[in-house]
Amino acid sequence: MRNFMENLITADDFAADSEFPDYAHEELEPAPSPAAADVKMAAQGVNVYYGEKQALDAISIDIHSRQITALIGPSGCGKTTFLRCLNRMNDLVESCRITGTITLDSEDIYSPDVDVVSLRAQVGMVFQKPNPFPKSVFENVAYGPRIHGFARHQDELEEIVVRSLNKAGLFDEVKDRLHDTATGLSGGQQQRLCIARAIAINPDVLLMDEPCSALDPIATARIEDLMWELKENFTIIIVTHSMQQASRVSQRTGFFHMGVLAEVGTTEQIFQNPTDPRTRDYITGRFG
Amino acid sequence: MTSLQLLFVFLLLTISAAFLGWRRASVPVMQGKRPRSRAVYHGSYTALWCAMPMIAVALAWLLVEPCIIRPAVLHTLGAAAGQQAGGNAFQYMEIRNIAAGVLSGVNASEATRFAVEYYKSLADSASMIFSALFLVAGGLGFYRGYNRIATDFPAREQVEKFVHLFLLASSTLAILVTLSIVLTLLLETLQFFRHVPMLDFLFGLKWSPQIAIRADQVGSSGAFGAIPLFTGTLLIALVAMLVAVPVGLFSAIYLAEYAHPSVRSIAKPMLEILAGIPTVVYGFFAAITVAPLIVDASAAIGLSASSESALAAGLVMGVMIIPFISSLSDDVINAVPTSLRFGSLAMGATRSETIRKVLLPAALPGIMGAVLLAVSRAIGETMIVVMAAGLAANLTANPLESVTTVTAQIVTILVGDQEFDSPKTLAAFALGLTLFCVTLTLNFIALKIVRHYEERYD
Amino acid sequence: MIHSNRTRVRKRQRAEQRFRAYGVLSLLAAGSVLVFLMYTIVASGYSAFYRATVLLDVQLDAGHIDVNPPFTREALLQGRYSSLVKSALYAQFPGVTDRRERRDLARLLSPGAELVVRDYLIAHPDGIGDKVTLEVPMSSDFDQLYKQHLPRSGEHIRFTAEQLQWYDRLLEEGRIHYRFNPQFLFGGDSRYPELAGIGGAIAGSFYALLVCFLLAFPLGIAAATYLEEFAGDTRLTRIIEANINNLAAVPSVIFGLLGLAIFLNVFGLPRSTPLVGGMVLSLMTLPTIIIATRASIRSVSPGVRMAALGMGASRMQVVLHHVLPIAMPGTLTGTIIGLAQALGETAPLLMIGMVAFIANTPATPLDASAALPVQIFLWAESAERGFVEKTAAAIMVIMAFLIVMNLLAVIIRSRTQTKVE
Repeated sequence: MRNFMENLITADDFAADSEFPDYAHEELEPAPSPAAADVKMAAQGVNVYYGEKQALDAISIDIHSRQITALIGPSGCGKTTFLRCLNRMNDLVESCRITGTITLDSEDIYSPDVDVVSLRAQVGMVFQKPNPFPKSVFENVAYGPRIHGFARHQDELEEIVVRSLNKAGLFDEVKDRLHDTATGLSGGQQQRLCIARAIAINPDVLLMDEPCSALDPIATARIEDLMWELKENFTIIIVTHSMQQASRVSQRTGFFHMGVLAEVGTTEQIFQNPTDPRTRDYITGRFG
Repeated sequence: MTSLQLLFVFLLLTISAAFLGWRRASVPVMQGKRPRSRAVYHGSYTALWCAMPMIAVALAWLLVEPCIIRPAVLHTLGAAAGQQAGGNAFQYMEIRNIAAGVLSGVNASEATRFAVEYYKSLADSASMIFSALFLVAGGLGFYRGYNRIATDFPAREQVEKFVHLFLLASSTLAILVTLSIVLTLLLETLQFFRHVPMLDFLFGLKWSPQIAIRADQVGSSGAFGAIPLFTGTLLIALVAMLVAVPVGLFSAIYLAEYAHPSVRSIAKPMLEILAGIPTVVYGFFAAITVAPLIVDASAAIGLSASSESALAAGLVMGVMIIPFISSLSDDVINAVPTSLRFGSLAMGATRSETIRKVLLPAALPGIMGAVLLAVSRAIGETMIVVMAAGLAANLTANPLESVTTVTAQIVTILVGDQEFDSPKTLAAFALGLTLFCVTLTLNFIALKIVRHYEERYD
Repeated sequence: MIHSNRTRVRKRQRAEQRFRAYGVLSLLAAGSVLVFLMYTIVASGYSAFYRATVLLDVQLDAGHIDVNPPFTREALLQGRYSSLVKSALYAQFPGVTDRRERRDLARLLSPGAELVVRDYLIAHPDGIGDKVTLEVPMSSDFDQLYKQHLPRSGEHIRFTAEQLQWYDRLLEEGRIHYRFNPQFLFGGDSRYPELAGIGGAIAGSFYALLVCFLLAFPLGIAAATYLEEFAGDTRLTRIIEANINNLAAVPSVIFGLLGLAIFLNVFGLPRSTPLVGGMVLSLMTLPTIIIATRASIRSVSPGVRMAALGMGASRMQVVLHHVLPIAMPGTLTGTIIGLAQALGETAPLLMIGMVAFIANTPATPLDASAALPVQIFLWAESAERGFVEKTAAAIMVIMAFLIVMNLLAVIIRSRTQTKVE
């Protein structure tokens, strides 16, 4: 917990002349080459139980920084459950019990002194069905920076919002209707809005739970392009039931099968040279 | 200080506390550090610490009057008048009213006037002490809250904890209210039973509370027997049900099964209007229009009806209850699965046969629950009865006569000046307790029936 | 085969028709009672908005009003004007000299006639000594006579033959007018029906509803929020819910008893005030608001909650920033309906004493006052014929308020539903 707090208010965050952490003008470091990948999040022996039923069994996986890791597998095999462990959204389910360790930057996120609220500011989430708030486009993106106190005044807030919308590739389409209600946008635009909203608070990790399953192919393509750009600055973990999507966008892939992580490795290796027979069967379409 | 001044000071202090706290917490933000909680939470925290002590002092102040001043003044009154015991509630009211200038103390006895002066002096010193306490509490609270403001202070969590507590307290208010009702009714009723034995009350046949009960007279079974009230209540409720159940039920069936949407769009609002008419309006209508009609109509067939008849009150009450039964039955009928409906129709049954032989039996428990709830409502109704059925307790089964009900008596006894502890006043509480228990039981049974019925179709 | 057994089928079809007819008849019966009730009220009540007045030529003689110069407002308020009015009236009928007859003549006018003269003088203090024509109200009996609510002949007439003659003469001379009566809407109560108004009662009801709203709205929302968002499925929660449902069905007189015993006797709050009335009403409105708010909160889509939580909002922030604003229209609808029900409540207000016969309208919630439904009740119980139309008119006013409030609730409800679509 201390680690999270220090991340928020240490000297690293501001410029030398004591200015406020300039989220508006922050220059982001360029992405390191994949070979120098370090581990951003790691799971060790994670088991998840819903009441008596075990949903995940001994999951161990490393998530590499500034890469897209895809989690694939047939439906009901626990991918989404695992994803929701990473930002402790499973805390909301009463009967859910978790054992094992999950770390973010080597800190156990389930440690008792961890503040869940700060965790979720570090680990953002985009859901399967776009769920913009019934407010204006501007307010949707501004919400996160507001509650986490990222902007000193309105101008900075506006800069953050514009920047996030730009990064999400949505700004040009909504710049004339920033203050119209977000529910008037198309499905694909709404999902990009949700992405903009999530990245506005500059999380280290972005979790995406089948973000394109409710969208048409054109919108899907746009979001996949977006993900490619975003991975320069964010660590992305995406759950998808489309193998093609996984092979297109991700650098690493994990295959889940009936609550177990059957195989994990680089995307190339998984799709061209799977070692586990279950993976092979899934990839070749023996089961879906 | 007067209440208005207090309120002003309270608001002023609290708002200043909020502003100052907010400003202090904004400083690190300006310096580039980001505090753990946003400034608005620090401001709220300070304001809460300022407000809560003041509210506590105010509440304590509220209790001073009944717990300290009152006994002291009454004791003094008793001593000044040379009596053994202290004064009573009535005299206390008089003293307060004279002190407030509402009553003129010209005719008061010397002992009373002495007591009035004593009351005034006590009240003034209490006022001074508490005003000072109030301000001190506010100041101290503000100081504490303000000092806690720091970069790493979890103001948001603290404020949210407080809000959580407030939400919880608001929910338990419902329990508090119920408890107060039960306790009040129970305590006063027990006191009543010290004057009039419980069996006399529950089974006595004569009700005339105007007769003052002498101190040495054991409550005879004459004066406070509630049976005529129970029969009156039941008679009127029966008449009301005889009107409301058929009309309400058939309306619901017709609207659910037969009616064209355009008919529904008129009929439903019409029923809702009937439900929204205040009972005092129904009472007026019953007294002015329905009662004379009944008198004329019964004269025409050779019967004599009182100008305030149970029939008049019952008919109008029935009309008032129609929408109640109609909407509850509507829900119940619509809840029956369409598969049952289609099964019956597919066998060649007519719609009315389907309704009579399949739907209604299936919906019967729900409808019974609805009827019970309606009876509970009828029993608890006051104004229609007061205005149309009269206030003379009358043990009869003839709807053309004038009867009175439990609720009408409660109102009549308590309207107007009365001594609070007389048996007459206490009788009202005993009646209230009876009413409360009966309606509670009816509602409970109705709920049980409806719930049991719902489970069958889940 | 499908045509076999014709008679039996026909019998069943007839039973079907009868059954349908019962349904239609029931609806028609309910509808016609409603229409009949409305008609009775309006027919009895519309005349209360008008009253009969008499034109009098009044000689504003300083000597008769018991006031010394300077004629300040305060001085004029203390003056006596009945002799001025009576002289003007006697001047119309010079033939009437007998004391008894003159008393009967004076009965044509309302005791409020003097106040018209007083108010004129206050507005025109330099009019002392002039002769002016003023319009003064007639007494209730003659007001009712003009409106044809009282008979001119028959068993129980309230007029002597002479009075009827004088009345007719005034009519012929064109001195009787039928005017709109603003005193009904804005004036306070009075012993005399022709002068009675509901202004005080409306103010009393308004303050009582205000207190009720200020108490029940925040507490109701708070309780509903706790139950829907934070309460687990514990025994305490179930007890709370059972209590709320129970309170919603408790008869209103019981709340009156509670108010009497605790607010008035234990807390010593002032009797007859809208403050106490509002407190009692808030206890009755609380369950309605809680139930409506809970339903409204439940209808908020879980997606919004998830999104907010996923962004690192705390549970309280999710509720305050997202759930409650979305649930607000439903909450408001329920609140308005609850307040409308509270407006019509009579029994509990009767019992805490809001029957104050106060001629002035209350200025604050701490002043003694009456409430609108209580006023209706009191006038309905009164023996005077003149109060019947007042009662009916007061009912028209309260129904107007109720219709407006319910329409408001319906509008809010339909607007949110179209927004969702």
